[in-house]
Amino acid sequence: MVQKSHGADLSVRSVRKVYTGRGQAVEAIQDLSFDVNAGELVCVVGPSGAGKTTLLRILAGLLPATSGEVTLGGTVVKGPPPGMAVVLQEYGRSLFPWMTVEKNVELPLKEKGVAKAERKRLVQEALEAVSLADAGKSYPWQLSGGMQQRVAIARAVAYEPQVLLMDEPFAAVDAQTRLELEDLVRALWRRLGVTVIFVTHDIDEAVYLGERVFVLSNRPTILLEEVKIDLGAERDQIETRTHPAFGRLRNHVYELVQQAKKGLRSIEDARLTH
Amino acid sequence: MSAPSTPAPARVLAATGGGLWRIVLALLLPAVLVTVWWFASADSTDPQVPPLATVLDKFPTVWFAGDDLGSSLFVETVGQSVSRVLIGYAIAMVIGIVLGVLIGTFRPLRDFCEPVLEFFRAIPPPILTPILMLFMGIDHALKISLIVVGALWPILLNTIEGVRGIDPVLKDTARAYGLGPVRRLFSLTLPGASPQIYTGGRQALSIALIMMVIGEMFAAFDGIGSAIAQFQATFSTASMWSAVLILGCIGSVLALIFGAVERVGLTWYRGYLRSQRGGA
Amino acid sequence: MTSRSTTRVPGWALGLAGVAVFLLLLQILPTAGVIDRRFFPPASEMFGALSSWLVAPQFWTALGQTLTTWITGLAIAFVAGSVLGILIGEIPGMRALTASTIEFLRPVPSVALVPLVVMLYGPTMQSTLILVVYASIWQVLLQVLAGVGSVDPVADDTARSYRFSLWTRVRTVTLPSALPYVMTGLRLAASVALILTLTGELLIGTPGLGSLLIDARASGQYPLIYALVLVAGALGLAVNLIFRQIERRTMFWHPSIRGEVAA
Repeated sequence: MVQKSHGADLSVRSVRKVYTGRGQAVEAIQDLSFDVNAGELVCVVGPSGAGKTTLLRILAGLLPATSGEVTLGGTVVKGPPPGMAVVLQEYGRSLFPWMTVEKNVELPLKEKGVAKAERKRLVQEALEAVSLADAGKSYPWQLSGGMQQRVAIARAVAYEPQVLLMDEPFAAVDAQTRLELEDLVRALWRRLGVTVIFVTHDIDEAVYLGERVFVLSNRPTILLEEVKIDLGAERDQIETRTHPAFGRLRNHVYELVQQAKKGLRSIEDARLTH
Repeated sequence: MSAPSTPAPARVLAATGGGLWRIVLALLLPAVLVTVWWFASADSTDPQVPPLATVLDKFPTVWFAGDDLGSSLFVETVGQSVSRVLIGYAIAMVIGIVLGVLIGTFRPLRDFCEPVLEFFRAIPPPILTPILMLFMGIDHALKISLIVVGALWPILLNTIEGVRGIDPVLKDTARAYGLGPVRRLFSLTLPGASPQIYTGGRQALSIALIMMVIGEMFAAFDGIGSAIAQFQATFSTASMWSAVLILGCIGSVLALIFGAVERVGLTWYRGYLRSQRGGA
Repeated sequence: MTSRSTTRVPGWALGLAGVAVFLLLLQILPTAGVIDRRFFPPASEMFGALSSWLVAPQFWTALGQTLTTWITGLAIAFVAGSVLGILIGEIPGMRALTASTIEFLRPVPSVALVPLVVMLYGPTMQSTLILVVYASIWQVLLQVLAGVGSVDPVADDTARSYRFSLWTRVRTVTLPSALPYVMTGLRLAASVALILTLTGELLIGTPGLGSLLIDARASGQYPLIYALVLVAGALGLAVNLIFRQIERRTMFWHPSIRGEVAA
């Protein structure tokens, strides 16, 4: 059993991002401030081009913000912080193709200085947790897309992070696999108590997974609304999704995103029917 | 990915039959060519094109004369040449990969160096022979330097290309998990660039051989190149033909070894490419 | 978090600076006595020798001879390599039959043939041509084989099912999909051919830039040696650029190939 690591709270204060390339400046993120509590699962949705990936890369410390700051567990993020793991959309490209599945999962642990026996145990448990205990000796490219993304999740889980960042992790897997992986993320989250930020463009997915859903505006991005998802802790692909509350929340977020696409910049201006 | 089932006897038979058939196929054309050469040259009275029979006849007396194998002309000559090539090639590999990783990693450095490097790559290496001879005379160091100077560029430029081409998603992953510089080098940069490094290495090997022969023909008293030159000067045509054959075999054997190393080193890459093509 | 500086020097300016620094070193190192000036004249003398040679008819004759040998060899290698490649690739069983022979002959260093061709043809262009063709034909042949192998089996099956003749099949199916590979082969062959042209001139004494270099060395005109190396480098650069351009033109639609090119 992978140990329950305690999540860290994440705080975003007046983050702004301006890309300066080829002479002209593009403001990707205008002003974002929000807090994610330790051990919370938050989904981030928004119209395509809403700077979701930019935000996630800033949170991960992979991209410097133009101004503002991100703090993780009280420490300001300057470059990738320890105790953070990421799962990217491009599963096929985020796994090292020259390493077996086991080695891929083990690599960050080596860097962390985990002793060999302990590494072995963590790798095995993480692979079991994603139901890939038998695939350790395979290479990532020998696996299907869904399995590859599970390896990436196992790598993140074995790392025992306080915060797990996921950038549209299931955008490129088929629909059925996707539902399975969603439940896997929920299960792992509940088991590990880790803070999860899950970026997606899929509104149903966001509502199904999240405790809260952050709806972003069009570029330059601001936060439109933090939607509380009170669907309880136990979620089920059939029951939850057919629940009236789910439908209401889903429609609410859907309308917001649709209007955000057309340029909605404040929740006060929204014309909501749900 | 399924576990291999117990092979049925029929399949085993077919497999070995396939293997045998392949060996026959592989040997067929060479056998035909040698036979043609044998009979076509059999009645040759042209002193410059001795019958193959004569060439082979002379082979032991020329190359394996002497009391023991260790002091025979064959071991001495081939040993000299091969060790020269391997030392020069190894030096070029080390310099090329170290510089290539540095230049490939740092974008401004790459921008700064690339035009000059492109120019050096474009200079046909044999033409540098006279210049190196000015500086180094004709000693052992010259011949190794010639090989290094020829073999360096393909390795260097391909390494730069390989390092530059590493997938940004992988680089992000390495950064996000906080991989340190050493682990990054050995877990990300070198393996990621290895397909291109092998490509460069293969090009470099054939240039290294050319430079070895040029060096030995120009300025050496030992090695296969000078043996060829000496036989040529003394009109020992049959011996010269045999020396050319040996040189050809050195090239083939080195390429074979390189191919075997590459096959093992890039197993992952072939699988990766296949999965990319099939999956897309 | 430190934000990246917004005023980055563009790549071409850095490249220009690199060339300038290189030329400066070529000038300073010999004049300052770091390198033996007799053997390594400063850049000004190299370019001086170059400019005085650029008006000499001998130089242009030699350049013409080198180019003639190079392009003739390349053309022969290209045509022969393509024809062989298509035959071996298209006729069933030929690949398996010839694989071992190709694998054996390809790595044989072409300079091994120097004494043989000298014996047979003396210091003539023909001798060098044989070296050039032998060295560069493999580049074309292997790429053509890879290209023929890259033909989409569905397209090929379609062509076969309509009972296209071999020639029609080659023209309508094989050639278009093999073309990018062929062009890569041509580019690789072009630079190998240039290397072997100059090697032949150096070792055999076939007339051309290489033999000019030998003369320069024999008569101790060291700046001229370097001037000739500069010319050879410029020639190599031009060959690379031109053939890379041709290659790019023919495979703009097929970007994936670039990564797989193996010489």
